[in-house]
This record gives sequence, structure tokens and C-alpha cells, in this order.
Amino acid sequence: MAIRYWPMAAAAVGFRLVLVLFGGDLHLASRPEVSTPLTSLRRLAEGYWLKQASVSPYSGSMYHGSPLLLSVLGPLTNSRADGHHAHIYCSLIFVAVDFLAAMLIRATGHKLQMARSRSLKLLDLTKAVNDTVNVSAGDVASLIYLWNPWAIVTCVGSCTSPIENLMVVIMIYGACSRLAPLAAFGYVMATHLSLYPAILVVPVILLLGYGPDAPPPKVFLIKDNDKTTRQRVVQQFSWKPVLHFIFWLFIWSCHVLLLSSVILKKVGGLHEMFEKTYGFILTVKDLSPNIGVLWYFFAEVFDFFRNFFLIVFNMNIIFMVLPLAVRLKHRPCFLAFVYTAIVAILKSYPSAGDSALYLGLLGLFVNELAEMQFTFFLFFGYIGVSLLSPVMHNLWIWRGTGNANFYFATGLAYTCLQTVLLVESVSSMIKHDRKLRLLVTS
Amino acid sequence: MAAHSRGHPAMRERGFSPAGRPILFVSLHFLFLFTAAAASAAAPEEEKFTEELLLRPLPDRKALAHFHFRSSAPPAASVGRHHHLFPKAISQLVKKYHISELELSFTQGRWNYEQWGGFEPMSTNNAKPPGVELWAVFDLPLSEIDATWKNLTHTLSGLFCASINFLESSTAFSSPRWGFKLNEGNLRYGALPREAVCTENLTPWLKLLPCRDKSGIAALLYRPSIYKGYYHSQKLKLRSSQSLGIILDQTLTVVLQPNSVSGEQLHSNHGQLQPNWSMRHLFNRKLSGKCLVSKSSRVFIEVDKGIVDKVNKSGSDLSWSNEFFVLSNSPDKLIKGQNHLIQSSSLYVYDASNYSDEKPLDVGITWKLPLIWTCTPSPFHASRFLMGSGNERGSIALSFMSTNLHKQISGNPTDCSIKAVIFQVVPWYVKVYYHSLEIFIDGSRKTVSEVVDKIHVIPSEDKLLPGTLEMLLRFPCSMQSGTLTLDFDKGFLHIDEYPPDANQGFDIPSALVSFPEFSSARSYPEIDPVLESPLLENFQENSVVKSYTEVLLVPLTTPDFSMPYNVITFTCTVLALYFGSLLNALRRRIGEEERELKKTATRRGLIPQLLAKLRGQKVDPTESGSSSESSGSKKLLFKVVFVAVAAVLFHYFSNNS
Repeated sequence: MAIRYWPMAAAAVGFRLVLVLFGGDLHLASRPEVSTPLTSLRRLAEGYWLKQASVSPYSGSMYHGSPLLLSVLGPLTNSRADGHHAHIYCSLIFVAVDFLAAMLIRATGHKLQMARSRSLKLLDLTKAVNDTVNVSAGDVASLIYLWNPWAIVTCVGSCTSPIENLMVVIMIYGACSRLAPLAAFGYVMATHLSLYPAILVVPVILLLGYGPDAPPPKVFLIKDNDKTTRQRVVQQFSWKPVLHFIFWLFIWSCHVLLLSSVILKKVGGLHEMFEKTYGFILTVKDLSPNIGVLWYFFAEVFDFFRNFFLIVFNMNIIFMVLPLAVRLKHRPCFLAFVYTAIVAILKSYPSAGDSALYLGLLGLFVNELAEMQFTFFLFFGYIGVSLLSPVMHNLWIWRGTGNANFYFATGLAYTCLQTVLLVESVSSMIKHDRKLRLLVTS
Repeated sequence: MAAHSRGHPAMRERGFSPAGRPILFVSLHFLFLFTAAAASAAAPEEEKFTEELLLRPLPDRKALAHFHFRSSAPPAASVGRHHHLFPKAISQLVKKYHISELELSFTQGRWNYEQWGGFEPMSTNNAKPPGVELWAVFDLPLSEIDATWKNLTHTLSGLFCASINFLESSTAFSSPRWGFKLNEGNLRYGALPREAVCTENLTPWLKLLPCRDKSGIAALLYRPSIYKGYYHSQKLKLRSSQSLGIILDQTLTVVLQPNSVSGEQLHSNHGQLQPNWSMRHLFNRKLSGKCLVSKSSRVFIEVDKGIVDKVNKSGSDLSWSNEFFVLSNSPDKLIKGQNHLIQSSSLYVYDASNYSDEKPLDVGITWKLPLIWTCTPSPFHASRFLMGSGNERGSIALSFMSTNLHKQISGNPTDCSIKAVIFQVVPWYVKVYYHSLEIFIDGSRKTVSEVVDKIHVIPSEDKLLPGTLEMLLRFPCSMQSGTLTLDFDKGFLHIDEYPPDANQGFDIPSALVSFPEFSSARSYPEIDPVLESPLLENFQENSVVKSYTEVLLVPLTTPDFSMPYNVITFTCTVLALYFGSLLNALRRRIGEEERELKKTATRRGLIPQLLAKLRGQKVDPTESGSSSESSGSKKLLFKVVFVAVAAVLFHYFSNNS
């Protein structure tokens, strides 16, 4: 399948630029699907204004992002070009950030492709598998990320999600190409910006230790037994890059904390920063609607049980980390995709930008997941939800003819859809591994 | 009656004792003579009570009545704990909470700044925002003030039968630094715009007066007539210091429509008739004497600057009976007031002690000629409104319309400016973006630094703090209209935080706009220093011109209040679905899968099998070829029947018991 990659990528970037420069104010920034209290650029502008007035940017409940973003993007929110909407410069930065993320996804895809063909060669399965499907996964994933309507809306809609996504992609790319400092940088920044990528430490360490995705080691062992050669082709866990990673993790964390404390020097401390960013994420204080389900849950649940459910929902993310890591340890990149999808489902303030990230990463496994079920249902499910959600929101908030349940129902449907996608992709990946094993044994 | 005279030897000379009991009076007089003498020797000052009433015709055919009662107690050390006139509840309150100043007002209706005046002591001191407004300055270390404020709200709530205790929550009060009143951080301000004001608030207020409403000027407070008015503001103001003691000012300001007979409305002008009225028309009562313990008891009739100017222009003097109007009784005194050395209003004074039950005072005004006048407005007419639709976001706009007052006062200088201070408290669920402040002057957009001299913002904290905005603006004198806009997002609340009638919306308290360069103080150069009228003292106080804006009603979206269980179960189901199915996908074993695959290849499915059984057809044993399958379905059927029977039995027994 020949995809003319560069024209398509250029068209996607051009489309974004057209929307940014000539789209006028699309009011995307106030869509609950696009910007959350954590990522809203408007709140960042308010935080910057407060900081300029030598008040802590975290005083009041407006800003909950990183102080680094405040000093990078803050000055840009202040300047306003005539004839354009308020955050034009930031939007231009986000276009560049999106393009960079797409390039890194493409590079990651190429690395995965190389690793895949190498391991298939080792298993003598190149012919058997290549006959069915063989697409350049990197190109597909990168184009999915560039042309995903949600990614476009997120990029144009003045929120900081593109930067968070870029950091996650940097981390995965760095780990895939065994660049420990880069991986550590991405990890530290992603965790600093939105906390949840912290669980990606497992796939990153696996990637650095074992290298990119490969069929399960058992398959190689069977192959070895068949050949009766004692030579081990399965890669050993190498500690060196991992230790390297931990060292750089420490260095980058110190850097970030130091910079944050310098920025917040006169107007508040790191303690306040942690309380207002991580604390805000974990305790779900803002009950404004988003595409998730937790906002309505915590708006309705009895106060007495609030703490209990907070623990349950936060633990829910952590509970699946270990089982998934055990089962998919030979495919760390896929594991990273699964974790980002879980985070996008269960995080306290989900947005379309999170979905854009994991859908882009999903494209990396286009060869392995070719036999996935329910793709038709999922595809139209996603379209249906993204059309219904604004309609229901409009009925509830603007017209007053619907009520909150309408919008909540789309949130429920969306969570179900994501769950189905996640479970199907995991089980079809497991099936794919079994298929490889069957091919080897037969 | 004699008991009243205990602390007031001065009253005896006036001979107010009832004629029937002179002996008792004289004996008590001698009995208390020594104690009174001892008390007056120890404390040169004594507790005082004065009562005053000011009546004023308003340009829009209404009448203003302003009751002013002052009780004062000398510094605590000199009298100990006992009070003769001063309400004990208040002095205990002041001592317990170390209050140096406090003002509590209950208001219904809105002061009409255009018609009733915006540049005079009445509007700056006694025009209050609708609902309850409370502020207090404490004489305490800063760390103790919040806790003391909370206790104070509860005490006041009990004293005045109002829900002032809602001001206890930290989301309801704020501590302005200079926008409301200059202080060192020991001032707390809170407002409840939706509090309804009723007679149940008036009764405890009257209980603080020594004569209650049984005699004296307070006896005029006939409830049906004063609650019928357009504006009703009942206020309590406390000042306390070591040197002054405690001064308690209780005022009641009402704007009434005189219910005069239509035949009495003599003059019409542009369809407007100025009604003739007297006390009986306004209050349904006449004034029969003073409250006996009061030091002075006066009634004032004030005529506005507008009338005074017209009378002066016509050449006649400003006597009580001139060619424009005539007062029903001849006053004891005429006082001319000045504002910025310009003659402003005139006051006709009546001493209530000259009247009694037999000869009640029923002072009123009768118009001889049609008269149209206007009150002096404040430099800018401030109003506030909401912009935007929908329940997601909106904007607050404050608009200033020039009244061209500076031209009247200072000629027409070209480059002068007028300062205005804005103080506004916004509840946390209205999330204001202060960086979105935009200022338009005469329609053109100005940068913030051009107009704003000083700004102090305390941003709102969710469920913790209201937002406070204090701003010092400098408008050019030539400005005809100015607008400030601030964007906000509407918050989403937990279902328990909504009030019972959630769809009515939420009130944002009034903003206060003051003009520090303009003082509403009056001076009375001809005033007799012996007169000692607290009401006129208040009028002479140097106070800046203030006006309160409208209360805003913000509708917020509501969740479905009937849904908590559904939402909890739905959400938990979805999460269980996620967790269960993902774990199941991970748990599957390849061997099992393959066996399952083999089975499904040969299996016909449970439901067709059951259907076939129900139809009485035999399952083809050769086709399925597995007796275990059919025995499995039999087992299943047995289980289903067993569970159903158990359920029926359980239901039966539980109903029986």
C-alpha cells in the first residue's frame, strides 16, 4: 500500500494553519471536550496575569498547570495580533508541536517496523506474515495523528494538551531508540505536566531493557528447540540503559523542580504547586462537565462516600498496571499504548486530546492488530459520540431544553466505546502472538 | 415612670410625671437622689438617648421618612456593667467581640439614585444594597478576626431573627483593604442579597430602644404602612472606643407613597401631581409627644435644594408658608444647610416635647403651586448588568453614565479627571477571569493602564473564598459613558450545594462605587451648638459619595437532582465492565481458547437447543454427538428452576412474616 506520506502530512499541517490563521474565533477553547480546567489556555492567561500582579498564579482556583508552561506560553497569551483571535501565537506553537509529535511517532514506527522484521526473520516467518498485511506502521500512525479530527480540534482550540502529548511521544521515542536522556526528559516532563504518565515508567524500563516490541520469548524458545541450537536469540534484560535512565530521571527532575521553584520564588512555593496541580487532579475538585463520567459522578455522589470513591477511581488505574505488564512485557510499546488509553479513559479531566494521542499510537500496531474485531462498530461509535456530545451539551447548557443526563449519557457511551477498543486491541494482540506461535510450531 | 428618671435628674425639671402620682414620684426622687448624684459625680457623661425623624418630599411624588435613634453609653469603666438606657445585648456584644465599628442593614427595595438623589448624606449613608449587609471592624489581632466574625454572625442572627449566620462560611465574607473602607485588614464585609426583610427583623430592632414603639417617634412605625413603601432600610450602626464609649445609631429609612385623597392633589404638571401629605397620611398615626427618657426628640422637614432654589428665585423668603407650599404647623426653627458653600437644603425643626396626646403633632406639607425639581445626582450613574446567554459563561459589565455634575461644580475644565473606586465581591461559582478586564470609554477601547490607577484582586477559591475586586479608576471629566467588562465562567456545584429553589439562579451581591473626590457632607453654619442633633451630626460627617449597583441574578445549570443512585450505578457498571473485560482478556489461556474454538465449531448454541426442547423436538443426537452438552443444558435448566422456586418461596415467606 503506497501512501504518499509527505503531501498528506504537509496538507494536515496546512489545514491546521488555515484554521488557526483564517478560521476566526471558533470558540473551540470553551468546548468541554477540548479544554479541561488543567489544559485551558484561558486559565493559563489568568495565572500569568496573577503572576504579573505578583500574586501566586495558583491563588484562586483558575490555574492548575505547570509553572514552566506559564513562563513559556504566558507572555504569548498577553500579546494579541490584530484581526486574529486571542491566542494566535500559542496556536502556531501548537501546530509546530503537533507536527513534531507526528514526526516522532513516525520515527518510532520505523524503529518498531525494523524490530518487527528482524524478529520475523529470526523466526523465518517473513513470508507467511508479509503475505497478509504489510504497511509502514510509522507513516500510518503519524498520518492518523495528523489527520485525526480530535487532534486538529485540540491543536486549534487553545489548550495545552498538544504539549503533554508531545512529551509522552518523546518519552516513547527516546525509549524505543534507547536514548535514555531523551526518554527521561519526556517522562519527567509528561509526569510534571499531567501526573498520569507516571505509570508509563513500566513500559519505558521494559523498552530500555529488552528493546522494542517482539513476539513472546516462548516463540523464540520453541524455534530454538526446533533448530536444536543452543544459541539464544531472546534478548536479555540489559541493566545499563535502565540505570542510565534512572540517573537522567533524577537529573531532569531536579532541573524541573529547580526551575519551578525559581519561577514561583516570590509568589508561592513548590508545596502550593503540588497541591494545586497534583492535588487538583487527584481530588477531582472541579465539577464542570467533560467527556468523562467522573464529573457527574462526583457532582451527584453523597459527600460521605466521596473519599472512598476517589480512592477507588484512582486505584483503578494502578490496579491494571501489573497484570498488563506481566502479560505484555514482550511488547512494551504496545503496553505504553494500553496505558495511555487507560489513562484517557479513567483520568479525572479527560479531553479529546488524550484520545487523539492513544489513537495515534494505535496506528503503530496496524500490522499486528489487522484482525481486530468490531472495528466498524468502533469507528462509527467514535463518530457518533463526537457528533452527539456537542449536540447534547448545547441542549443542556445553551438551550436549556435537555438536562445533564443527556450529556452524561454520551460520556457513558464514550467510556464504553473506549473500553471496547482497549479490550479488543489487547485481546487481538494476544491472539496475534498466539498466531505467531502456531505458525512457528506448525 | 419614676424608674426612668433614675439616671436622668435633668428630666425632673420638665415635670413629666403623671399628675396622679406626685407623692410616689417625690419619694422615689429622694430615694434615688443620692445614687444619681453619686453616679453623676463618678461619670460626668451618662447614657443618652435621642430620637429624630426627618421627612422629605421626593421629586417623584413620594415621601422619604428617616428615623434616627441614638443611644450612647460612656466608656465601660465608668459605669460598670449596668445600663439604664443602653441595650445590654449590644454592649455585651461589643465587649465580647471587641468591635470597634459595626454596621448591619436590612434592606428591601432599591434606592433610586436618579430620582431620590445620589449626592447627599441620605444616599451615601442610608442607601444600602438589597438584603442584608454586614461589616465590622474588630479591635483584635488579625489571626483571631475570622473566628470572631463567625461568632458575631451567629450572635447577630439570633438577635435579629435573620439568617445572618450564612455569612459565617468563608465563601460569604471578604476582607477588603481600601475599596470599601480604609483599614488594616481588620475589617470583614459580608452581604446576603436574597435575605427577605420582614417585621420579625424589625421587632428585635425596636426592642433595643428604651421606649420600644410604645411612645415617642418610634410609635409612628405602623407596620402595614412602613412595609408598603418602595424602599425600606433598617440599619444598626455601632461605634465603640475607649474614649467615646459605645454609640449605637439605629436608623430606619423608608420611601413611601403618601396615600392622599385624590381631591387633595391640587396641582398637576405634565400629568404629575405633587401629593399633599402629613404624618397621618404616611404612617396612619400622629406623633403624641416624645419618648420620656429621650434627651431630645425632634422632627425635621427637609426641602431639597431644588425647591429652595425655586423659592429663592421667586423672591419670597423661605418661611414655612411661602408661595409654593405651606407646612401644617409652624416650625420651632429653620436651619439652612450648605454643601461646598452653596446653599443646599433647608430644615424645619419641630420639637416633639411640645406636643402630647391632647395636642398631637401631625406635620405635613401642602403644595400651593406645581413644582418640579430634581435632586443632585452623583458624578456618574453606575449600573451593572450581565451579558451573554447560556449557562456556560458570561460577562459582568459595569457602566457609568455621566451626569455632568463636574460642569455644575467646577465650570468646564478640559483635562480633569474623576476618581472612582469600585468594590465588588463575587461568589466563587462565578469564576471571573480578571485578565479579561476591558474598558471602553465613550465607545472606544482603552488599555487597562490608561484608566486603572490601582487594582487589588483576591481571586476566588472553589468552595473556600469569594473573589474580591477593588479598583481605583480615573475617568476623564469629558467622558459621557464608560463601561468595564469582565468575563466569567459559571461554576458547577455539587447537588448538596444548590439552594432549595436551584433554578431561580444565584445572586451576586451589589458592587459599591464611590467617588473619593466628592464629599456629601453638609454644613449648617447657623446651627446652634446646643442643638446636639445626632442626625445633623451625621449629615455633617465627611463621607464620600457612594452608590450601590443592582444585585445580579446569575442562572446556573443544575444537574438532575433525582439521579444520584442512577449515576452511581451506571458509572460503577461501566468501570466494572472495563475492569472485568480487560482482566478477562488478559486471563485467557491459549489452550483453553483452542478447546473453546473446537467446541463452538460443533455447538449449536444454547437458545436454539432450549427452543427445540420446548417444542418437544428431540435434539439430534448424531449431530451434536455429545451427551455432555445436553446434560449440561439440563443442569442449567435445573438450576434456573431451582433459583426461581427459591425466589418464590423467599418472597412468600417474607411477605407472610
